[in-house]
Amino acid sequence: MIETSGLRKSFRTRSRRRTITVDAVRGVDLTVGQGEIFGFLGPNGAGKTTTQRMLATLIVPDGGQAVIAGADLRTSPGEVRRRIGYVAQGGGTWDDVSAHEELVMQARMHGFSKAEALARAATAIAGFQIGDYADRLCKTYSGGQRRRLDIALGVIHSPRVLFLDEPTAGLDPASRVQVWDEVRRLRAAGMTIFVTTHYLDEADALCDRVAIIDQGTVVAEGTPDELKREVSGDVVVVGVNGTAPRAAELLTGQSFVRRLEIRDESGLRLHVDAGSTAIPQILRALDGSDIELLAVEVSRSTLDDVFLKKTGRSLQET
Amino acid sequence: MKLLRDTWLVFQRQMTLVVRTPIWIPIGLAQPVVYLLLFAPMLRRALLPTGGSDTYAHAYLIYVPGLLVAMACLGGLWTGLGLLAELRAGIIERARVTPVSRGALLLGRALREVANLIIQGLIITILAIPLGLSLHLGDVLLAYLLFALLALMATVLSYGICLQIRSEAALGPLINTVSQPVMLLSGVLLPLTLAPLWIRQVADWNPFYWATLGMRALFAGHPGDPHVWQGLLIVLGLAALATAWSARLFSRSLR
Repeated sequence: MIETSGLRKSFRTRSRRRTITVDAVRGVDLTVGQGEIFGFLGPNGAGKTTTQRMLATLIVPDGGQAVIAGADLRTSPGEVRRRIGYVAQGGGTWDDVSAHEELVMQARMHGFSKAEALARAATAIAGFQIGDYADRLCKTYSGGQRRRLDIALGVIHSPRVLFLDEPTAGLDPASRVQVWDEVRRLRAAGMTIFVTTHYLDEADALCDRVAIIDQGTVVAEGTPDELKREVSGDVVVVGVNGTAPRAAELLTGQSFVRRLEIRDESGLRLHVDAGSTAIPQILRALDGSDIELLAVEVSRSTLDDVFLKKTGRSLQET
Repeated sequence: MKLLRDTWLVFQRQMTLVVRTPIWIPIGLAQPVVYLLLFAPMLRRALLPTGGSDTYAHAYLIYVPGLLVAMACLGGLWTGLGLLAELRAGIIERARVTPVSRGALLLGRALREVANLIIQGLIITILAIPLGLSLHLGDVLLAYLLFALLALMATVLSYGICLQIRSEAALGPLINTVSQPVMLLSGVLLPLTLAPLWIRQVADWNPFYWATLGMRALFAGHPGDPHVWQGLLIVLGLAALATAWSARLFSRSLR
């Protein structure tokens, strides 16, 4: 649904008569499948918004190719515009008009007749459950209400691909979950969704696949589970009654254990591919010995571990 | 066709906003009203050397057209601030990812400003009638065509400048620095018949001077005066140039 190769963009900034060229995006190759929620993850300034704005026809790439929903970005941006929706981080609604008026206006800007625009606005109001406040002015909305309207505006023309830029930035936890539900609902209707975020838990919870971008290049791409497994899989912490060295002997030879550390005489850390399947195997391996198992705890590696491994920095620090 | 439809669409939305926050109209009117009430009466005596009659009617006949030229130009030049605000709020970006005509996004907004300024101009003209201004409807309609073209030119010029400099803080000083000499050299306060020769020679190169002459001729009831068609033609040409420049900037990629 989205296919890019070698997408590039640099910006020139002038300071004290010297022109500095900043390579914001240096050759991005991405493939996003039909009906996927694709997360584009990276710290601020990594090039994720620039990439997305190129894909959404808002800025012209310096080089590279992209085909979006079958339309070529370089040669027919107008066609791309007809097939995509884009929701910017700032939204972009006027204060002194209502959601209903905005939805009608957006549909009209997409070229629909007045009757069709009214019908689409009504459908959007029902679908996104904004009926309660659809006739109030936008300036009275909460952050979550405004966000739902933003997304409804972005899909008023039933696009095949939707771009969301940091859709939950600044929202309270309940509103974030609501936004995620809306995004999943759109995917269920067959839409492909490309979402930038710097929230790791969001990428993890919401996205089918993610790409991590840092300093203008994609450093990792895959499903969240694949990426996390690539780092170290899961970590299982095993608590025993002061017999850790003996337990270590029994577990070291097991095929599911990728690495094992003894923390102290009653604690072990096992690096495994998947915690959920490792637990029964641990139980089986220790079964019949005199080792008493006190606790088993799975702690999952996070996308931050992936980022740390790929870039040498933690995403939370950036 | 699409340009017209989309321009109308954008214009309608913009007018909805004007109607919902009408406070901007009286705010825009405050300064011209002050000039109309406190400056124009002084012209009754000041204009005597130009050969006019010693009446308030004459003073307003000379002053109101000049004031309208100044309102259209200065009012228009500040409108870029609104465009910057809409750019920052992401409103224009939201429109730019739709297939809506790029030219319409600019023109619809500019026409809103023109409509806004025409309302202000009409209020000033009507206020001047009880003070002694007398008018012929046909000539005034033509004068308002000139006014609309001036307002359009100043508005799109302001949009273009704002798209280039992207800074509210820089716009103010820039407008003040440029507009003051330009306005003084177009004789909007006092007719340049009072000016020394060299000022008149400089003013001959100022298109706004020609606009002021045309406007005064129309208010005086001389639509056949060559200044009328000259002023209209010059302003029409400039408005077209400014619109083309601004539209080009606007449709080029915005960061």
